[in-house]
Amino acid sequence: MDNESTYSGYSYKSSHSRSSRKHRERRDRHRSKSRDSSIRADKSVIIQPPGEPLLDAESTRGDDRDDNWGETTTVVTGTSVDSISNEDLTRISKDLEDSSPLECRRYLSPALGAILGLFSLITPLAFLALPQLLWRDTLDPCGTPCEGLYISLAFKLLILLISTWALFLRPPRATLPRFFVFRCLLLALVFLFVASYWLFYGVRVLEPRETDYRGIVGYAASLVDALLFIQYLALVLLEVRHLQPAFCLKVVRTTDGVSRFYNVGHLSIQRAAVWVLDQYYSDFPVYNPALLNLPKSILTKKMSAFKVYNLGEENNTNNSTGQSRAMIAAAARRRDNSHNEYYYEEAEVERRVRKRKARLVVAVEEAFTHIKRHQEEDAATSSPKHPREVMDPREAAQAIFAPMARAMQKYLRATRQQSYHTMESIINHLQFCITHNMTPKAFLERYLIAGPTLQYLDNSRGRQWTLVSEEPVTASLRRGQVFCLRRLDFSLVVTVTPLPFLRLGEVFIDPKSHKFVMKLQSETSV
Amino acid sequence: MSFVPGQPVTAVVQRIEIQKLRQGNNLILGFSIGGGIDQDPGQNPFSEDKTDKGIYVTRITPGGPADVAGLMMGDKIMQVNGWDMTMVTHDKARKRLTKKNEDVVRLLVTRKSLEEAVKHSMGTYHKQ
Repeated sequence: MDNESTYSGYSYKSSHSRSSRKHRERRDRHRSKSRDSSIRADKSVIIQPPGEPLLDAESTRGDDRDDNWGETTTVVTGTSVDSISNEDLTRISKDLEDSSPLECRRYLSPALGAILGLFSLITPLAFLALPQLLWRDTLDPCGTPCEGLYISLAFKLLILLISTWALFLRPPRATLPRFFVFRCLLLALVFLFVASYWLFYGVRVLEPRETDYRGIVGYAASLVDALLFIQYLALVLLEVRHLQPAFCLKVVRTTDGVSRFYNVGHLSIQRAAVWVLDQYYSDFPVYNPALLNLPKSILTKKMSAFKVYNLGEENNTNNSTGQSRAMIAAAARRRDNSHNEYYYEEAEVERRVRKRKARLVVAVEEAFTHIKRHQEEDAATSSPKHPREVMDPREAAQAIFAPMARAMQKYLRATRQQSYHTMESIINHLQFCITHNMTPKAFLERYLIAGPTLQYLDNSRGRQWTLVSEEPVTASLRRGQVFCLRRLDFSLVVTVTPLPFLRLGEVFIDPKSHKFVMKLQSETSV
Repeated sequence: MSFVPGQPVTAVVQRIEIQKLRQGNNLILGFSIGGGIDQDPGQNPFSEDKTDKGIYVTRITPGGPADVAGLMMGDKIMQVNGWDMTMVTHDKARKRLTKKNEDVVRLLVTRKSLEEAVKHSMGTYHKQ
């Protein structure tokens, strides 16, 4: 799992060429390998419980009788090694994410679009202004029709400006690995339009110093119309086309199997990935690595059934393979009771969690009864002999935190959430709840239910995701496609299925046709 | 006792002759009937086939004429004095049984035990 993840600062694929991307991948892999070796050298070596090493390639070199084999053999075990390397990884990745500067690439596309947009907006004005500036005397005077055209031009430009601001001048929320095809198409189209208009203008108007000013104004008006239509095209392509649902995406998180289904329209793979990630942050419960592993007591019991000792044999290559086979056979024949233990262990854990939850709820309820909101009229009625200390929310929160702190900590430990909630954050939340008159139950909602990932996120930096797909990411969604969104320690697997075609029929029911009879059951004596 | 619609119904029947008893102004037979084509066949406790809409004997007064004649509870009445009772309404059945100018009713009834008895006897016959 460690080797696969890319944890450099720019792990999203470059938009330019495949070769540069491959080169970058190779570079990343090199970097990751070197990091890995440095990580492995730091920690102490864990010796695997006997059960596996006879199958391991390293142990079959029995000739090499090394007395310090404990130091030189590095073997990967179940949980302890992974947990250390995960911490290292997250620490390093956090450093990288913090230190990655404002990427120039991120702002390239919006900048280009802005320049082009500005240019196309001032073009009609330039068309109008240039003849006036350059050969004003020879222009035909043009009265009312021109003024009408001026008005329409002005309003159309205003509308263009407002809609451009509304649609396109929004901060981009994601950087995609490849070109966004539709946006590039539109930029190209705008450039083409404006360039051809300028060409025509330059050849037919500027050179021969055209005197028909009304024609020129009409020409500028037609350019503004064309720009409005391009904007309509942009609206349809970028915003409207993908609204009608066409595919159902199943998103599964690889580590704990949490899955969701979403309906999307016709999108390319990269846009669908961005959309899925938006939903991920608010729908999926937060990934808690501490909750994944089976309790150690169950796993190790299975492995340590047989202890094998090698006592002073030189050529134990053959014997070890023979022994390993015997061990596998013995393990298969032995009755496996680990499911039993798992069941009881889980019941025990659940009972413990419920007990602690009960203690927590009681403690919080009691704590909340210690304070109440200070009303202004109380100040007049309370006796001057016992002035009540008036506190602001922060102090009130700190005052009532003490009695519930212990119960809270024990509960968080039991549900393995203690890494997500520091004491500071709990007091902040308590202050927030007190300010808004929330009940203890509302205060506890945050800790009793595993909330969506967004709740635990601080928005200071962007999130790094890698899109893994067998098809080019600008291809549109199709039936049966699968792509992965990878992060350091887990990934989301997305499967695409088309929504079924619906044939809706119609049956008309006359409201008078609802009639009923009693079921008869009579008995007559004769 | 199930039937195939459109095909003639075959059943092993017993002939029972009941003499009506005069009680005051009425002639009574001493049993109760249930069923009929206008009734709900699903609530019939005596029928095997719950879609059978025939006339069934639901109660017999002990010591009455029907009891004396050998009618049993749960019998399906197939004919009354030659008139068919397998496809009649409840009221029609009642009328056929309570005709004032008849003193005797001759019923053809069927029950499950009759079939089995016949099968039994036929079986022993074959063995011989």
